Amino acid sequence: MIRLSNVQKTYPARRGSPAHTALHGINLDIAAGEIVGVIGRSGAGKSTLIRCINLLEVPTAGSVIVDGTDVTQLAKRDLPLFRRQLGMVFQHFNLLSSRTVYDNIALPLELAGASKAEIAAAVDPLLPLVGLEDKRDRYPAELSGGQKQRVGIARALSSNPKVVLCDEVTSALDPETTRQILSLLRDINKRLGLTMVVITHEMAVVKQLCDRVAVMDGGVIVEEGKVDAIFANPTHATTQSLLADEFLDYPTRPNAAANANTGQEA
Amino acid sequence: MFATLAPILLQATLETFSMVISALVLGTTFGLPIGVILATSGRGELFEAPLFQKIIGPIVNATRSVPFIILAVAIIPFTRLVAGTSIGTAAAIVPLTVAAIPFIARIIEGAIREVDGGLVEAAQAMGARPFQVVTKVLLPEALPGIIHGLTLTAVTLIGYSAMVGAVGAGGLGDLGIRYGYQRFRPDVMAAVVITLIVVVQMVQSLGDWLARKADKRNI
Repeated sequence: MIRLSNVQKTYPARRGSPAHTALHGINLDIAAGEIVGVIGRSGAGKSTLIRCINLLEVPTAGSVIVDGTDVTQLAKRDLPLFRRQLGMVFQHFNLLSSRTVYDNIALPLELAGASKAEIAAAVDPLLPLVGLEDKRDRYPAELSGGQKQRVGIARALSSNPKVVLCDEVTSALDPETTRQILSLLRDINKRLGLTMVVITHEMAVVKQLCDRVAVMDGGVIVEEGKVDAIFANPTHATTQSLLADEFLDYPTRPNAAANANTGQEA
Repeated sequence: MFATLAPILLQATLETFSMVISALVLGTTFGLPIGVILATSGRGELFEAPLFQKIIGPIVNATRSVPFIILAVAIIPFTRLVAGTSIGTAAAIVPLTVAAIPFIARIIEGAIREVDGGLVEAAQAMGARPFQVVTKVLLPEALPGIIHGLTLTAVTLIGYSAMVGAVGAGGLGDLGIRYGYQRFRPDVMAAVVITLIVVVQMVQSLGDWLARKADKRNI
């Protein structure tokens, strides 16, 4: 579904700061229906990576193939049409304060020129899916963080995308709300067969949500594989330290942590 | 006494209103697009055109740095060209509009710059075209700030409209100067001042109410 080949991103030098390379040749394959996590510390390049998929950031070199099209070759005026096939969910929700829940979810369809009836047909079933039937006409200021993120997720789904990009979607939420949002995403992935790319700095998110994980450090992918395998046998120092953040008994009892994890998932 | 004063006062108030409302509407018509361009044409922004911004910015500043009474007199030839005359209430709308355009442009620019950049990114990720980002995201989200700014503009224009009395326009300012000051009628002056205070108060309250209604950030 998505294939990144040797994707590089260098920000040109500006007054006071030298040129900065955020991505040094990323290769990543994401199959249809899969949830792939990209984990790393701040500044590892994971946010740049996810923005290269929907061309919010234009790669300096390399190709990004989404659903068979090399999207780096698209003309600027064709980008909006391409982006409508992808949904994106953000850390800080990025909801319009001037629009109700319903109208926020409707926005992608409105931008695509959908009629009122088409919008209603798409938005009405999404409200119960994310558990917000009773908040239809509320404004974002009246919602909790978890509810806002549910609106963000419904908005990302409203244009019926094949791929959903999740950028630190639980980083602004408390642990209980995080669990609810992650299980909602998992449920949506199963029901709609969506492909998801999940950026995070928390191993717990990877553990609960993802099928595969790529670990990033310094603009490169240092380790990649099935979530279970990576948890059971992390080889790179970055992976080990990210795991140690999550499970305080790691690395003295790595297998215990991994087993506990698979036990929970079963 | 009041019976003779009241019709004159009413007439002058209506003239002031017509000048201010016309200048506000015309000023917004021209100032809004300029403000949007100022706020979105910087490097890396929606309609990247740094050169354009470098040209239009100083023009806006130059217009704003000329005291209004000087501006009104200096552009009399232009006023005559547009309105056919340089005297009267209709003619006064020309300098008022010229002064309002850069004022409103800066207010719109400021209000748009207050909008969270994350919303622009989200809209682009949804496939919004640049013009849609302006109409669907930036302007609706900036609306409370824009209403506050236009209220400020209206109050400033009421003050300016009193000054255009000096170049032959009507309105409350003209009434105050000609009757109150030049004919030594402190009662007329007092009536004019009180009317101005009431009008400004009303405009401000109306603006605050509209801005509150538009603002959904604190419910």
